[in-house]
Amino acid sequence: MKIREFATAIGEGSRICHDVDAARAAGHSDVVAPPTFTATITMPLIETFLRDPAFGWDYSRMVHGDQSITLHRPIRAGDELVTVIHVDELSTRAGSHMLTLRCELTDGSGTAVATTKAMLVTQAAS
Amino acid sequence: MTGFSAPDLSGVAEGDELPPLTLQVTRADLVRYAGASGDFNPIHWNDRTATAVGLPGVIAHGMLTMALAGRFVTGWVGDPAALRSYGVRFTRPVLVPDDDEGATLELSGKVKALTEVDGVRVARIDIVAKFDGRTVLGRAQAEIALPG
Repeated sequence: MKIREFATAIGEGSRICHDVDAARAAGHSDVVAPPTFTATITMPLIETFLRDPAFGWDYSRMVHGDQSITLHRPIRAGDELVTVIHVDELSTRAGSHMLTLRCELTDGSGTAVATTKAMLVTQAAS
Repeated sequence: MTGFSAPDLSGVAEGDELPPLTLQVTRADLVRYAGASGDFNPIHWNDRTATAVGLPGVIAHGMLTMALAGRFVTGWVGDPAALRSYGVRFTRPVLVPDDDEGATLELSGKVKALTEVDGVRVARIDIVAKFDGRTVLGRAQAEIALPG
């Protein structure tokens, strides 16, 4: 349901993102998530993490600097995924914090499904 | 929201250009993407908030621009499941005016390298995304498995 809604929102017309039968005919267990669907999984987790006052991150002024996604296999409806967030890098330069967060998405058996990296920037407290 | 038919890519060579794609991004698209992605940051739908943080107006979600450029590449191959890796830098915002046309996003791409990984041909694509004649994504690269 959420995959179809996402596919529609980005104009992805491929049947394998919308129709279970088309997805199965192409060898998938269920509808296939477009690659950047990973952000709908990782960004809410990142938000919860960064809004923790203990972290001292100004979420309201956050800018997304860059993003990468590596898919070890396609994500499909029905997948149960576990996301672990790693702080890869944190630096402060010219009044800005720069944070690189890596998310490792694995399936129920611990097999790698996707790796995403987001570089986020916000103002350092003055 | 046009679908793509799977093209014959058996003759793909380094240096080939992908068929370019021009898209309109409207405020309605931003609202739809906000709902679908769960990113309700008001700078993507509220002019007051956008201007208060120093933007000229409402801007598109970077992840929406990334998604559109991503489907430009997967549409070329005809398979959204074929993408192996994809990365971009968000270098400039896409301003989306409150009118019927919205913002015009021009997408083009080129095959930079062809490799073979475990018997599968993988193309590395350099993507150019332009709004108002200027690039909005930097170092936009995707690796995608080719059929056959």
